[in-house]
Amino acid sequence: MKILVCISNVPDTTTKVKFTDGDTKLDTAGIQWVINPWDELSLTRALEIKDDASSGVKSVTVAHVGPVTAEPTIRKALAIGADSAIRVNAEPSDAYFVAAQLAEVVKQEQFDIIMCGIESSDYNGSMVGSMLAEMLNIPSISAVSNLKVENEKPIVTREIDGGKEVVSTSTPFVAIVQKGIAKEPRIAAMRGIMMARSKPIKLYEPVAVDALTSYKKFELPEARPACKFVDAENAKDLIALLQSETKLI
Amino acid sequence: MENNVNLKSGEFLVKDVDANSIFIPEEFNEEQKMIAQTCRDFLETEIFPKLDDIDKGDRVLMKGILHKAGELGMLGIAVPEQYNGFGQDFITQMLVAETTGAGYSFSVAYMCHCGIGTMPIMYYGNEEQRQKYVSRLATGELIGSYCLTEPGAGSDANSGKTNAKLSEDGKHYILNGQKMWITNGGFADTQVVFAKVDNDRILSAFIVESNWPGVVIGPDEHKMGIKGSSTVQIYYNDVKVPVENMIGKRGEGFRIALSILHMGRMKLGANVIGAAKQTITDSVKYANERKQFNTHIANFGSIKHKLAQMAIRTYAHESAIYRVSKNVDNLLEQYKAEGCDYGHATIDAISHYAVEDAILKVNGSEMLDYIVDEGVQVHGGMGYSAEMNVERGYRDSRINRIFEGTNEINRLLVVESATKRAMKGEYDLFGPAEELYNSMESISDNTKAGESYFEEKLRYIKNFKKAIILTIYSTNKALGKNLMSEQEVVNNISDMIMDLYIGESLTLRVKKLEGLKGENPILKDIIDVFLYDAANNIRKHAKDAIYSSIEGESAEKLNKAIMILTHVKGVNTKDARRRIADKMIENNEYKF
Ligand SMILES: Cc1cc2nc3c(=O)[nH]c(=O)nc-3n(C[C@H](O)[C@H](O)[C@H](O)COP(=O)(O)OP(=O)(O)OC[C@H]3O[C@@H](n4cnc5c(N)ncnc54)[C@H](O)[C@@H]3O)c2cc1C
Repeated sequence: MKILVCISNVPDTTTKVKFTDGDTKLDTAGIQWVINPWDELSLTRALEIKDDASSGVKSVTVAHVGPVTAEPTIRKALAIGADSAIRVNAEPSDAYFVAAQLAEVVKQEQFDIIMCGIESSDYNGSMVGSMLAEMLNIPSISAVSNLKVENEKPIVTREIDGGKEVVSTSTPFVAIVQKGIAKEPRIAAMRGIMMARSKPIKLYEPVAVDALTSYKKFELPEARPACKFVDAENAKDLIALLQSETKLI
Repeated sequence: MENNVNLKSGEFLVKDVDANSIFIPEEFNEEQKMIAQTCRDFLETEIFPKLDDIDKGDRVLMKGILHKAGELGMLGIAVPEQYNGFGQDFITQMLVAETTGAGYSFSVAYMCHCGIGTMPIMYYGNEEQRQKYVSRLATGELIGSYCLTEPGAGSDANSGKTNAKLSEDGKHYILNGQKMWITNGGFADTQVVFAKVDNDRILSAFIVESNWPGVVIGPDEHKMGIKGSSTVQIYYNDVKVPVENMIGKRGEGFRIALSILHMGRMKLGANVIGAAKQTITDSVKYANERKQFNTHIANFGSIKHKLAQMAIRTYAHESAIYRVSKNVDNLLEQYKAEGCDYGHATIDAISHYAVEDAILKVNGSEMLDYIVDEGVQVHGGMGYSAEMNVERGYRDSRINRIFEGTNEINRLLVVESATKRAMKGEYDLFGPAEELYNSMESISDNTKAGESYFEEKLRYIKNFKKAIILTIYSTNKALGKNLMSEQEVVNNISDMIMDLYIGESLTLRVKKLEGLKGENPILKDIIDVFLYDAANNIRKHAKDAIYSSIEGESAEKLNKAIMILTHVKGVNTKDARRRIADKMIENNEYKF
């Protein structure tokens, strides 16, 4: 059995976001890139499943749609423990484009379980996973909080309003995972880092896809107004503020 | 222009260096960055959430953390592959030391294990000892410690009384004595113990296993800081040490001890950078959050001054650390090519840079003490609260000026090593110094019209070098052999040399970086302030040294020369520091 973990390359979550080109493009100067946190957890879970011999999972591959500058992120995934990697050599323009490229990869390579993060922490589109399943015409399960594989049989737990749902599914399928999928991302061990040097990164050229969307403009959220502190003794001041400034009462 | 890699230790005092030939931290490769990230991830998951528990001094907890580090391979970074390690080069080892340096008590336990606990056996041990011990220390199966200091033998390390007597059957050394201040001692499995065989004057080194009969481990000391790191006394009562556990030859122990301290100093110099960056970022964040007088305290000039000064010292020190790391790597490769085995090649290469390692130890530890002190100040009352990490950082930093050779000892070593090497003819210091001395009246600062930014700064540095060798030469002439016992004068010279080496490394780094990535005006602000301050410091120390050892007209003549050689253009240090601080305030972290 083979698992594919789709990874995106996103700015470190502490990045101060800025835009260029008339607010149509992210300013990438000085940004540190990391594996999308959801994907890193997916990868961790995939490796845990592979470590358990009874799962029947024999390999974990990561796939990324992006230019060569993303290779450090891919290499990191290999260092964490993925067996091999695939990079589709293209600028990831929108979710449809990315899903179409990944669909092509899956068709060529044949995976049994395809894991996608529920969203990526850059544009948070939450679309790639379901689009990918649709394009491949295979089942997709969203909001996956736990994934187990016993003798090649996947058992999937998903979060539903006020509870959990446990489902089984045929393979191949797309698991769209959320953060509970693994406790902590796995840290790349020294041995993994050394081995990552010689693990393959297979290159795909992109398939042609219509550009369906383009960015018109990004806007930063308005700066939060300063917080006003009212002394606990002065309830009157608080009431006055609620009346005059918030018009709540 | 010299290629930096060819410089012998101390030779920077007389040679001009080509900026492109120094290694700068902006040149780390992908793999080195990944290794550093692993160490950082380890701190984030295993250390930072447990800082309070760690500081309770639970031996089991710290040993467990070291084992976890071992599982990730973090204990084998400096150990070759045939002993279960990862054989990383010295630059990578220093990057790891920097990164783990942000780990408070863990940092001390970790560095002790990987460095002084493991490396004496790795560098000086024979094949059986390496197989038996190093290959298990590299994985964390064993945890190591290093036992040199005794109640009566601290700075004067060779004066220890611990004794090893050969047993009648010639199979064992019978060890008796007491060691003190032993880091990791409470839970270490192995100890590298220094003791004198029979009536020897010089130490020998032994590997002792903590669970052997007669080894008695004392309780943990109550300390000011690094409370999570175990520090104990150890007693040896007729401990039978198999003869095959002697490291190196009889009487070689003191040399081993000193070489290992050279390594420890270099690594300590890197360690403090991690702690410094962490403290600066904590301080910047706090200054960006805390409001007084209706404004963030980051907007006050006094706070900006502190933040900038912390950053200037860190950035400059870092430049020197990675510059010398490359020197070590190069020399190590050269020794290997000459047929030296890996262990000896490495430790000989590190020990060669004795001037630089003492500089980096002193400068690094005093830099961090300055930073944690100002870090507390930026936090105001909260900085005094045990809730904040700066409070812990403040206490934990203080040890760095004491161990791995006190800063007093290391200041002496800077000057002693530099002059000894020159006297041995490794490089020519006294020749050019004498020439300068004899032509003192015609000294000029060599200002040239239309010089570029870096030409001007490197001219300052050249002049500082002249000021230093002139001071060394003239005080030597006046005091002769007594110079080394006039410690105040030696300290003056030592401080001048430190400012020079750090300032030169900073300037060369920024020059090289500009060639690679284009101009960054903030980095030039850092140079401007650093060299302006360095000129004043060097001037003051030179004058102190001269007036403390030379009288009359000669002193006045020298003073005049020093004034010329330390002349630099005025700098609006207030605005420069504000720009440096503002950059961090904007980024909400230390980042350049
Ligand atoms: C927390 C901690 C951990 C340690 N870990 C270890 C360890 O793992 N293994 C180990 O072997 N040791 C260890 N040490 C010992 C440490 O290396 C010594 O404390 C240090 O070398 C200083 O020795 P001392 O304490 O005897 O001070 P002293 O040598 O008594 O020094 C007292 C003062 O006199 C000054 N002084 C001494 N000689 C001179 C001189 N010639 N010229 C000018 N000034 C001088 C010193 O600089 C200092 O200011 C540790 C110490 C501490 C506190």
